[in-house]
Amino acid sequence: MKRLMPDNPIHAICLKLGALGVGMFVFAIWVMPPMYDVFCEITGLNGKTGGPYQAVSAEVDTSRTITVQFVATNNEGMPWQFAPEVRTVKVHPGEQKRINYHAVNPTDRDMIGQAIPSLVPFKAANYFHKTECFCFEQQPLKAGESAELPMYFIIDQDIPENIHTITLSYALFDVTERYADNKVTKVTQ
Amino acid sequence: MAHGPAKGIARWLYTTNHKDIGSMYLWFSFAMFLLGGVFALVIRAELFQPGLQIVDPNFFNQMTTMHGLVMVFGAVMPAFVGLANWMVPMMIGAPDMALPRMNNWSFWILPFAFAMLTSTLFMEGGAPNFGWTFYAPLSTTYAPPSVTFFIFAIHIMGASSIMGAINIIATILNMRAPGMTLMKMPLFVWTWLITAYLLIAVMPVLAGVVTMMLMDIHFGTSFFNAAGGGDPVLFQHIFWFFGHPEVYIMILPAFGIVSAIIPTFSRKPLFGYASMVYATASIAFLSFIVWAHHMFTVGMPLAGELFFMYATMLIAVPTGVKVFNWTATMFKGSLTFETPMLFSIAFVILFTIGGFSGLMLAIAPADFQYHDTYFVVAHFHYVLVPGAIFSITAAVYYWLPKWSGRMYSEVMGKTHFWLAFIGLNVTFFPMHFSGLAGMPRRIPDYHMMFADWNMISSIGAFLFGGAQVLFLYIVISTIVSGRKATDKVWENPEGLEWTVPSPAPYHTFSTPPEVK
Repeated sequence: MKRLMPDNPIHAICLKLGALGVGMFVFAIWVMPPMYDVFCEITGLNGKTGGPYQAVSAEVDTSRTITVQFVATNNEGMPWQFAPEVRTVKVHPGEQKRINYHAVNPTDRDMIGQAIPSLVPFKAANYFHKTECFCFEQQPLKAGESAELPMYFIIDQDIPENIHTITLSYALFDVTERYADNKVTKVTQ
Repeated sequence: MAHGPAKGIARWLYTTNHKDIGSMYLWFSFAMFLLGGVFALVIRAELFQPGLQIVDPNFFNQMTTMHGLVMVFGAVMPAFVGLANWMVPMMIGAPDMALPRMNNWSFWILPFAFAMLTSTLFMEGGAPNFGWTFYAPLSTTYAPPSVTFFIFAIHIMGASSIMGAINIIATILNMRAPGMTLMKMPLFVWTWLITAYLLIAVMPVLAGVVTMMLMDIHFGTSFFNAAGGGDPVLFQHIFWFFGHPEVYIMILPAFGIVSAIIPTFSRKPLFGYASMVYATASIAFLSFIVWAHHMFTVGMPLAGELFFMYATMLIAVPTGVKVFNWTATMFKGSLTFETPMLFSIAFVILFTIGGFSGLMLAIAPADFQYHDTYFVVAHFHYVLVPGAIFSITAAVYYWLPKWSGRMYSEVMGKTHFWLAFIGLNVTFFPMHFSGLAGMPRRIPDYHMMFADWNMISSIGAFLFGGAQVLFLYIVISTIVSGRKATDKVWENPEGLEWTVPSPAPYHTFSTPPEVK
């Protein structure tokens, strides 16, 4: 029977230590990023708000009112005009609400934008559900074109008592070059 | 009988001798130390007065980046590997390193890595300018084109470190003389054994993080790009998962050096040998669970802030054990103050000061004020300059007579010490004050209110730089014309390296020594 490890103890330890090194490299690239994503999803860290939500019929809790503020920013170099139609809405937990963002591409070239949400307080991130959102996919706008970008959301009835205000921020990125071949893919936000 | 070294340049290119390779590592790191020092002096010259005088802000940023990279990866780490090459086989009674050919290779790829890194200074768009911590997206989306060369240079340095570490572990675990049990090994060997494990564990993570940068820049992935669903904060987590063990990689061998020198000049055995070993191992373990204290301000949950705060403070316990052990070794000893001892005592005192400012920074709520100020700069220079640099200097003075067979001039050595000691404190102590007053790091210009502290710091920096030129002169003049050293060199020093003649013959311990 052939033994797994070489007879020379120096060669054996080199193999083990080399394997440890390769293992740590694999850990850094293929384990740490997914682990971080899972960790953020569980804790709501960074205000990542999760993907499309299947609405479940539930009681609207009219005893509570939560103020939702909308913020829109352009990432550096993004020339679009991008803003929510209303800055603030008041909603009851369990109630579905639609709000529109307005985007204009004032340039003379066709562009693609991608909005990335972030929500504070982080604790609320897991209780803020979006049933439909423009941020789930890229937004192509031709030169000079404008668009209404809808977003439907429901705030969970189980949202902690001490949360009265939620701020949802969208940062708009220019991803024209990244998706230049018209291959529009879904990103989970 | 064993043959001597080959003649000419081939000796150095093809050598597999641990002493030759150790010397090359040490000379290389000295060259990088002076280069990184020149970068530091450009920074201090610009900061001598408020306003922009000497360099433009982009070049200033390149200087801070290159200073950090060259000092960490070019000066401190290769110097410790060089010392390990020279001393580990001699301390454990081995004829050479376990893997001599790999040893040659792990040294010779280093000059290429640093030639590549330094060449970026002359490239269009300039050298990396995003700080030695190269946070994304500064180092990806907004990086100069030379970032790719930086990434490959890091890959090569990482490969060199990993090979060096494997070599050291293989040597220590397999090639000890009969009777040299693990708990009889000198502490320098112990600390290097633990450091080598740290290197193998985290250098691949560094290689991984720069590889992810490379893919983000050139291959359209989005590890750190929010537009594609990635996250720049992920970069900081991975970087500091490497970065915190890395700071212990730069200090644990220093603990070993000081633990060798202080007993010699106190004429007492080291106090608490076993507790030193366990303290080193505890520090190494803790270094893996404290990384986020570098990023308290990114927006962590309260539980995270508390965990990383308490875990960080826990490191003070094993470190305190070490400091008390060194103090207890000196207590009631017959102390003499030769140059290596002066550097070692300065190490204990100044490293402790750096440790205390580290404890201040570990307090999460207070860190929000200190974060990214000169207080942080003062802190890590107080642990790295008297920690790593002073211990390496002490090691050179302590073992140079054994390496070269010639004694350095004590007057010159002490002059070097006092110039360096005063220069260091004049440079870095005022940074505590400018930092607490709110001066941000990595900026070429500053408010008038910081002018006095900065001028003092700059004067100290040039004094410290001058002291290192004197050091170079002392080393060369010792090797060329120092008086002959005895085999023992010091009065009754401990360790196998003092049982061989001075200078140490090209081949030592071809037959293993007896260890009782």
